Amino acid sequence: MTETKQPIIQIRNVSKRFGKVTAVDNISLDILAGEFFVLLGPSGCGKTTLLRMIAGFEMPTEGQIIIDGQDMSLVPPNKRPVNMVFQSYAVFPHMNVTDNVGYGLRIAGVAKGEIRDRVAEALELVKLGGFEDRMPDQMSGGQRQRVALARSLVMRPKVLLLDEPLSALDAKLRAQMQFELSDLQDKVGITFVTVTHDQDEALSMASRVAVINKGEVAQLAGPSDLYEYPANRFVADFVGSVNIFEGKLTLDEPDKAAVDCPGLGKVYLNHGVTGPHGADVWVALRPEKIYLHVPGEGKAIRAAAQDAPDGHNLARGTIKGMSYLGDITLYEIQLEGGQIIRVSRPNLSRHDQEDFTWDDKVSMHWRADSPVVLLS
Amino acid sequence: MAFFRSAPIAPLEYTRKLWMRSWVGLTMLFLYAPLLVLMVFSFNDSKRNVVWKGFTLKYYEKALNNDSLVEALVNSLTIAFLATVVSLIIGALAAVMLWRFRFPFKGLVEGTMSLPIIVPEICLGVAFLIFFAKVDWPTDLIWPLNLSAITIAHITFCFPFVAMVVRARLASFNKEEEEAAKDLGATEWQAFRDVLLPHIKPGLVAGALLAFTLSLDDFVITFFTSGPDTITFPVKVYSMVRFSVTPEVNAASTLLILLTVILTFIALKLQGVKGIAETH
Repeated sequence: MTETKQPIIQIRNVSKRFGKVTAVDNISLDILAGEFFVLLGPSGCGKTTLLRMIAGFEMPTEGQIIIDGQDMSLVPPNKRPVNMVFQSYAVFPHMNVTDNVGYGLRIAGVAKGEIRDRVAEALELVKLGGFEDRMPDQMSGGQRQRVALARSLVMRPKVLLLDEPLSALDAKLRAQMQFELSDLQDKVGITFVTVTHDQDEALSMASRVAVINKGEVAQLAGPSDLYEYPANRFVADFVGSVNIFEGKLTLDEPDKAAVDCPGLGKVYLNHGVTGPHGADVWVALRPEKIYLHVPGEGKAIRAAAQDAPDGHNLARGTIKGMSYLGDITLYEIQLEGGQIIRVSRPNLSRHDQEDFTWDDKVSMHWRADSPVVLLS
Repeated sequence: MAFFRSAPIAPLEYTRKLWMRSWVGLTMLFLYAPLLVLMVFSFNDSKRNVVWKGFTLKYYEKALNNDSLVEALVNSLTIAFLATVVSLIIGALAAVMLWRFRFPFKGLVEGTMSLPIIVPEICLGVAFLIFFAKVDWPTDLIWPLNLSAITIAHITFCFPFVAMVVRARLASFNKEEEEAAKDLGATEWQAFRDVLLPHIKPGLVAGALLAFTLSLDDFVITFFTSGPDTITFPVKVYSMVRFSVTPEVNAASTLLILLTVILTFIALKLQGVKGIAETH
């Protein structure tokens, strides 16, 4: 993977309003050449509108989109150096696979021999060799999607846009296609821009993710940064599962910080948060980063004391719900203050799920580098 | 003997139940018995055409030698053909426009467009009679221009049907297909030709069939717009029947039925029956 740092798409203060509704609100971001960029957000957040503006099917109300150094404001979709794979795949139902894939080249007036070669090459790339004469209604959803992919890739676009590419596939196929799409992107070296509402999809495929909320970019980061260092409550909550507690910042130095959360207890961090002292903040704690202990044996206290002052990073509660998922077990624990905290525990041995059950009193601890302090 | 020893009839196998079969049979009888009688009696060797007197083909010969009847048939077919072609174009364009764009008074346009379907034919007929008289529409033109008044009247009530059928077909169109074509470099026209047109084709075929048959057998409106030199088949048959119901009329009608059945069959073959079924 040679990653050049040239921006291929520059989105400059772009807004889109439909009547009174603002779908995209003053977004600016650069998409770099060769990266797998994902626009992630809940439905109705404006991510698809943004993608359609890049493709040229919607015009920005304000702002500018520059693709490969060229302002796209007045360029219609059929003249843009981008191609799109639609959510419905939009495979032409009355054409066979060869004609579907070769459509763009025919329109462009490419010589017949070259069309044949490039179509064959594109079909090979998406592993559809041997399907040349099939009609779309004789193919499965996954195969139709490959046709749509090949149809776009054969045009050798600078950027490939994918609108919810995996949403219509079943779970197993989706996981497989996630790998294949990443693999394909490596092979062809084209910039991919994908829209999705599925955080697993975003985390597994993207080199960078822009989380969109209410038409604005909530955070732009790599997948692991997004998960481990969310910038705000929306991102923390939308990407993965999380426990969020309100608290007051009581200590904030370059190498340590503490937050007093009425619902959870005293939280200690082994790094500073550079927030305003005494301010209202939120502590985010991922379920898998909390350890469960049988109470009364002092194990939790000893474990927490390894990297935090006495009485910090500890909590007690009662198990109110549990769901066994095979690889992990999820617990819903009612804290002493009444709030519910979610904890997940890997089933490292075959009998781990038997350690705790409903109405058990438990102690919890977490490490000083686990909590994330959020200012908004 | 296996036929009588077949498996017992399961609760939902309605097509094998006697009452269902009888009901279907009765429906068929109701629909087709009059036509069958008409066809059978076209071979009847009798002037009065009430009792069966024996087989003959002489009334076919007579019908085909009846110049004014043949002329009326040619007129009817010409009008039907012209009205179908023009209705197809206007109807399809109107349907695409109403589906594609939003504009002021769209609801009004949509409503008034289907008015010719709703308004009683007799009113339309009288309206056309008055209209063509008021504008002094020339009646003494050479064939086929002398059919223009009837053709225009037929287009008026045919094209809303085409528009309706095409519109229904358009509702199932995936707009992303058109966008995909444009995304791949197609212009507006190329996207229309390569993606939208193939999709609405079954609707166009169905619409054409409707328009053709509606025009071919229209009596009321034609009666008001036809002159002495522009008799159509239904009008001619009507005037013949007023004198006497001879097997000649039966023979001509049978030929017409045969013609429409053949045309429909060809159209269905061209399109594939499935495509037409999908429009409804």
